[in-house]
Parts: sequence; structure tokens; C-alpha cells
Amino acid sequence: MAEYRRDFIAFGLLALLYLVIFTTFGTAYTTRMVVEATCYALIALGLTIQWGYAGLFNVGIMGLVAIGGFATMLISYDTNPAFWESDGPAMLAGVFFRLLASIVILVGVFNLHRTGLSKRLRTIIQLIVLAACYLWVTGALDETATYIEREAGFIGGLNMPVLVGWAAGAVVAGAIAYVIGRICLGLRSDYLAIATLGIAEIIKHFLKNADWLTRGTLTVSPIEWPVPTPNEIGFVAARASYLSLTAILVVITYLLLERALNAPWGRMIKAIRENEIAASAMGKDVERRRLEIFVFGALLMGLGGAALVTFARIFDPSGFLPLNHTFLIWVMVILGGSGNNRGAIFGALFVYLIWTLSEPAALYLFGLAESLGTALFNWQAPDDLDSRALQMRVFVIGLTITLVLRFAPDGVLPERLGQDDK
Amino acid sequence: MDELIFFINKVLINGTVIGSIYALGAVGVTLIFGILRFAHFAHGDLMTVGAMFALIVTALAASAGFTAPVPMGFIVMPVAMAATAVLAIGLDHVFYKPLRDKGTRPVVMVMASIGVTLMLQGVVRLFAGTQSRSFYIGEQKDIFRIAVPIGDARRTITITEPQILLIVFTAIVVVALHYFLTRTRRGKAMRAVSDNPDLARVSGIDTQMVVRTTWIIGGGLAAAAGTLLSLDVVLKPDLSFNLLLPIFAAAIVGGIGQPFGAIAGGFIVGFAETVSIFNWALLLRPFRDIWPEAIEFPTRIAFVPTEYKLAVPFFILIAVLIWRPTGIFKGRQF
Amino acid sequence: MSGDYLIEAKGLFGGYGGADILRGVDIAIRRDQIGVIVGPNGAGKSTTLKALFGLLTVREGTVQLNGTDITNAPPEKLVPLGMAYVPQELNVFGTLTVEENLEMGAYVRRDDFRDSLDHIYTIFPPLADKKDQAAGELSGGQRQMVAMGRALMSEPSLILLDEPTAGLSPLYMDQIFDRVVAIRKNGVGVLMVEQNAKQALAFADVGFVLAQGDNRFTDTGAALIADPDVAKSFLGG
Repeated sequence: MAEYRRDFIAFGLLALLYLVIFTTFGTAYTTRMVVEATCYALIALGLTIQWGYAGLFNVGIMGLVAIGGFATMLISYDTNPAFWESDGPAMLAGVFFRLLASIVILVGVFNLHRTGLSKRLRTIIQLIVLAACYLWVTGALDETATYIEREAGFIGGLNMPVLVGWAAGAVVAGAIAYVIGRICLGLRSDYLAIATLGIAEIIKHFLKNADWLTRGTLTVSPIEWPVPTPNEIGFVAARASYLSLTAILVVITYLLLERALNAPWGRMIKAIRENEIAASAMGKDVERRRLEIFVFGALLMGLGGAALVTFARIFDPSGFLPLNHTFLIWVMVILGGSGNNRGAIFGALFVYLIWTLSEPAALYLFGLAESLGTALFNWQAPDDLDSRALQMRVFVIGLTITLVLRFAPDGVLPERLGQDDK
Repeated sequence: MDELIFFINKVLINGTVIGSIYALGAVGVTLIFGILRFAHFAHGDLMTVGAMFALIVTALAASAGFTAPVPMGFIVMPVAMAATAVLAIGLDHVFYKPLRDKGTRPVVMVMASIGVTLMLQGVVRLFAGTQSRSFYIGEQKDIFRIAVPIGDARRTITITEPQILLIVFTAIVVVALHYFLTRTRRGKAMRAVSDNPDLARVSGIDTQMVVRTTWIIGGGLAAAAGTLLSLDVVLKPDLSFNLLLPIFAAAIVGGIGQPFGAIAGGFIVGFAETVSIFNWALLLRPFRDIWPEAIEFPTRIAFVPTEYKLAVPFFILIAVLIWRPTGIFKGRQF
Repeated sequence: MSGDYLIEAKGLFGGYGGADILRGVDIAIRRDQIGVIVGPNGAGKSTTLKALFGLLTVREGTVQLNGTDITNAPPEKLVPLGMAYVPQELNVFGTLTVEENLEMGAYVRRDDFRDSLDHIYTIFPPLADKKDQAAGELSGGQRQMVAMGRALMSEPSLILLDEPTAGLSPLYMDQIFDRVVAIRKNGVGVLMVEQNAKQALAFADVGFVLAQGDNRFTDTGAALIADPDVAKSFLGG
């Protein structure tokens, strides 16, 4: 049991900290914070397997979280009769038909080498056809989007159960990760970082600008809950039941992960991480395993995102700040101890608490500095001091990352390396 | 004729301008990638900080009553470049060098550079807020309108003074960089370290000096790019974050460790952007009279809506990673 | 007395962090001598060179160059002291031209090294024609010449060669050995690791037979070839 002492101490102190919050800020506030922290714990678990178990550097976490939230919104939000009664569905079907037709044409064009045309000619034909098909499809999509926005606002949801939405969120995030992983996992790790950064930015821009699909900056709310909402049974009870759902998800994920990592699959993963060359020499398909991990981690991120957005009850695409929030999760994982599932959960619960409290703390400190500065030096504080104060939190995330990397690269709960080898 | 002039303004001039910015940033990224072996995510924020330095000095100069025939921001740019170079060396010393000395994996260095990114962002916003600022304090931005005396053209070819300065500056940088890297002892040592750091070390090359030079060039050019871009538009704290992806794309397209590849990559990405967002239907307008009735006359043929401009470098990046991960100039094999 | 030796290493112990690979290696050659280190795979031959050149930590033992202690001095300190090292692999700057490779060898020198360049081109004539070509485009033997030329450009008193003939055809092998002898004639001490033990010992002034990280035999090259024990165990009969 001695080996778990560190865990007991860490989680014990954390529980104490939450108890203090509980008594200071009240039940409703604390349950909200814990629910959000458990959602982050799901995301952090996804990251800890990507980073801790396979060394995959994902900078696009918030993109996957946002897409998970979007999928949930689309599946579970009320249907929009204005859309279904308009020509919108037919037009969308038309876009889809054009897309299918384009794919068929492109498959044909990319098999031109059978006709014996010269390579240069083939390339020119392929590029022209590709551009034409692209314009044909996007042209129709533009028209449809404008039409839907004018006639119906946006396409609305599908009015299905929320949990179906969560599953869909996970699957969509996993699918995106699969495509990115297929392209980048064979290359060096920096490229994966750059590519995931790019995909997160594009997802953000897409969700923000595709008004016909997401209502863009108008936001969508309220999103249904899988448990009774506060309107039905009051804040505390509703949040507590939501918490039980997310907590169960975290526990199940944790148990599944621990099991998988002690199974042959997990041992293979560890072997690959310890020595990639030796593992591939032993006939292990390294790239395949890393792809599995990347997709699996992304599934958890999508799920966490879905749970987070559902809890907020509002889908606001501009609310996802890719780099800052992504690195909040990175801080959770590396501070908790990367490669250790308990570490990720601890990191999520702890860092989220600090992050939440840092907002009033930063405002208080800057308010204090302002009044002191005014009193002592007749300093004229800028009007937007509050928003600047909040920017300091970004600075603190950055500082924490660099300090942890330099002075405590193993985190609070280091992974116990090679314990089953001894 | 007007349509053609519009095309020149929107595609050729804008492409050259934004391509120059990308090129200046990508040179630094590719040198750092080649010599220190990690993708330096904080490069975009070095640009912002550099522009911020330039703005501060400009404001000081303006309040002291100095005037000049070219924008003050351009005159004081060397000061900002030097300050940013010093900052870059300092950041390396405090945040990257300790990790490097411990023999940390490159990917951890990438993460540290993101930590630095967030810190720089925080500091800039803390001291400067989030609003946009203009470099023109008591000055006017000169805009040149060149009339084209052909046919019935009413539009003019339009280029601003900072755009001209940017293009001239980039051209000088290309020549100077070429001279430095192929003619000087220090420049050749940089290429040697980028090519084979172990062999460079056993040859007695002073690696510390090479690292310092890398940060001086990278930081200086980042500050120049940030300043020149802010002179042309305005200085916004999040200006540079949107440049990060195109700059990485440019560096990878050009081949990692290849400064001239990075410059070419910068222009490729820049022109790809302007070509993609240009409405090509405009060029068809003169042919409206002879357009066949059967086909509807297109009013808009653009590959990418302006909102999705960022997707262009991303897809270039993905395409290069799929078909030619070493880049068009055959950079290092990873 | 030890001052007579160009390089003298006594009782070296060390490795790459794990178990010691070197377990009491002694190396000593005088000025203008060629020393050849031979032995089976894993005997610690290349590791010995790396230990001398400060590329791995010597845990125990001392290294002296011209009587000065250089134990665990880093390479960048050793090059100015007159030591040069040619690794076995990746020993040229592939993207630099041949001449730039040579110039990088002279990096520690602040004087005019034009003469040295001409000197290298006379030792390795094939390089003169290819001086503006990228070193990575050359054949294996020519690359080895660039690597040796690069090392000589710092005007060393001692040059360490790690298997200079690895992977070369017999024709090139003879050329390289020929050049090694020429280098020594110019007053540069040579310490080399070699797989082709017999040929190398034939022109070695001193031979060191290593096995399992320790000296098994140390004698003149000719004596080692003549020794039936050495021949049986290490020279393939």
C-alpha cells in the first residue's frame, strides 16, 4: 500500500481544498465547479494517454472539444420547423449529390494513367477537374447556406437524446483525429503539433462562420440535459445528478484504461514508448498502435467537450480559445504526472479549481494594485484593467508549463515506471 | 481594364506583401528548427513584441518632436530588432537552454515554447491591453495611386508606403542572408551546425555562438516583420498568432533548415492565399457581352471565402506533409 | 617518462551511463607514430577514441596530450589543443560544398588557411576537382577523404580516425591507408580504429589489441602480426 501513499496524500489534500471551497462558496457553486472539473478530467485522460503513453503532442485539444460540443448540439437540439418546411433539406441533399458526383468524377480522373496520357497532361487535367468540382460543390453549398440563413436561421437540431449526442461528439472527434493521425504520425512530433494547431483553428473558424449550421456568434441554447435540469428540480439537485453522470464516466474511463494498460495491448504500448526501434524490430506495428491511441484519446476529448458544452447549456463557438484552454489541459496533465491516469484526474480537479479561483483573485489583486497606485502615485489606471487582469492568467499558465517542464517534469504523481518488470 | 488592375492590387501586390511577411517570419522559424531542432511556437509573439518595441520608440520619438520623410516606425525599426534579438537570446537562456542542457526531447522544447508564447501574450496584453494601435502618431500614411494610361481604366494601381518599404526590406534581407550564409565564417558555421551538429562540435565550432546568431537573426527578422505589418495595417496583440500557421507552413514547404526555401515558401503561401480568396468572376466581366446565354453568368468564383483564409496554409501544409515531407527544397530528413 | 608521449591514456574506465564499456584501457603513442586499435566487435575500440576526445565521460583513469591533462575535456577545447577526430559515420557536412567542409575544419584557426587548403588538395587530389560540389553527393571513399581533410585543416598534432575504411572497396581502402601513412610523414600522429586488422597493423608503429574493454596485447604492429596468439585469436588465423 505504501506505493499509493503519495496518491492518498495528494487526493486527500485536494478533497480538503474542495471542502474549503464548499464551505466558503456554497453548494451550488462548488457542484458546478466539480462537474466542470470532471469534464476536464475526461479530456485530461484523453491527453494523458496520447502524451504519456505514446508521446503524441496534441495542440488542438480545444478543436476536438468544440467539435464534440457541436455534435451534441446538432443531435440533441430541438428541430427547426422553419428549416424542414423550406427548400433547405432538398438543397442540402442537392449539395450532397454534387459531392458524391464529384467524388466519382475525381476517382475517375485520378485513374487516368490507364488511358496512356502523358503525366504532365494528366496532372493538368486532374488539377482543373479538382478545381471545377470544388467550385461546383462549394458554390451550391454557399447558395444553400445563404438560403437557410435567410429562410430559417439555421438548420436546428435533430431532437434526439443527449447521450446519443455525446456519443456522436466522441465519434466525430475520433474521426478527425484519425485523418490527422494518418497524415502526421509517421513524421516527427513537431509536425503533429503544427497540424493539430491548424485543425483546431480551422474548426474554430468553421463553427464560428458556418451560421447555417451553428448559428455562429448568435449561439445556440438551451441544450437539453441527460438528467433533470435546474428548472425542474432546482440547482443543487440537478447539478448533483449531472455530477454523478460525469463522475461515473470518469471512473469507468479510468477503470477501462487501467485494465487496457495492464493487458497485452497496454504492455505493447509501453514497449513502443520505451524503445520504438526495438518494438518495431519485434514486428510490432508502431504506427498503427500510435494511431489507435491518438484516436482513442480524441474520443475522450470529444466526449469531455460534449459533456462540458451540455452542462453550460449554450453552444458558443467563439467561447473556445484554442491555445489558452488547450494548455490549461496540458498543465493539468503534466502537473498531475503524465502517463499516470490518477495524475491526470488529480491534475484536472486541482488545476481547474485554481483556474476558476484565479479569476476573482486576479481581479482582486489588480483592484488592490489600482487603488494603491492611485493613492500613492496618483496613477491613472487604464479602463480595461479588468480584462488585462484576466490576461495575467494566461501568463501564469505559460509560466507554470515552463517551470514544471524544467523543475518537475514528472509531476505531482509520477508514473511508476516499469513496476511490472521488477 | 479595371478588372485587371483590381487583380493586380488584390492578388499580386497583396500576395507580395503578405508573402514578404511570411518569408521574414519563416526564415527565423526554419533556422531555429534546423539548428535547435524544435518548432518555435513563440515566433509569432516575438513579432508582436518586436512591433510593440517599435511602437514604444516611435511614440517616444514623436513626443520628442522628431520627424522624418519615411514613417517613424521604419526609422526606429533597427532598435526594435536589436531589442527583440536580445529578448530572444534571453528567452533561450532562461527557458530553452536549461532543457537543452538536460538533453530533453525536442517535443518538450516545443511545449516550452508554447509556454513562452502564453507568457508573452499575457505580458503584451497586460501592458498594452487588447485594442488596436496605429503607428502613425502625427504622421500620414502615404498611399501611391498609379494611374494606368491604357484604355478606359479608371482604377489605379494602389500601393502604400509601408508596403514598398516592406518589399524593399525583404529584398535586402534575401541578398544579405545569402551573402552571410555562403560567404562568412559564422554563416557557414550556422549551416554546418544545422547540417550535422555532432560533427560541428567535433570540428570545434562554437555552438553557443551559432545558437546566439540564430536567435539574433530570428528575433530581428520577427521584429521587422511585426513592425512592417503593423505599419501597413495596425498593431493588434493577436496579430501574430494568426501568422503562426502560415509561417510554419512556409518553413515546411521550403524544407526545414533551408532559409531560401523558407523565403520561397513564404511567397508560395502568400500568393496561394490571395489567389484563393480572389473573386475570379471579376475577370470574366469584360466578356459578359459574349457570354453564352445557356450558362448563367457567374458572379462569384472564389476558392475560399475570406473567413477561411487560414485554411489555405493549412491545406498547403497537409499537402506537403503527404506528398513531400522534406519540402520543395529538400530540407532535412526527419 | 610520460612527457615523450603525444597522447597517453592510463587505465580508462567509462561508458554511456550504464555499465562500463572501457575497463582499464591503456593507450600511448609518440609523436609521428601511427597507432592502430584492433579487436573484436564490442571490444570498446570506438568507445576508446570517444573517451579520448571527450565524447563520453571517463569515470576513472587519465588522458594526457603532450603531457597536459585533458581527461574529460570537451571536444571544443581539444581541437584548439591540436587534436582532431573523424567519426565513423556522418563525418561530412552533406549540404556544404567540399571546400566549405574543409573550411569548417579550420574553424578554430583565425589565421589565413589558404595554404592548408592547397595542402589538403595535394594530399587528396580528387577533392580539388570537386571542391564546389556538395559533399553529400560524393562517393564513399571521397567522402572519407573530405572527412580526413576536414580534420587536418585544424593543423592537429594528433588525428583520431574511427574505422576510416568501413564500407569502402579494397581499392579505396588501400588509397586511404596510403593517405594515413602520408599524413604521418607530415608530422601528424595518427590513432585509428580499424576492422581490417592485418593490413592496418602492417604499417602501424604501435598496435593495441582490445578485448572486452581492456588491452589484451600492446606491441609494435609487426610484432603483433608475428605473435601466433594474436594471429590465432584476433587476425583470423
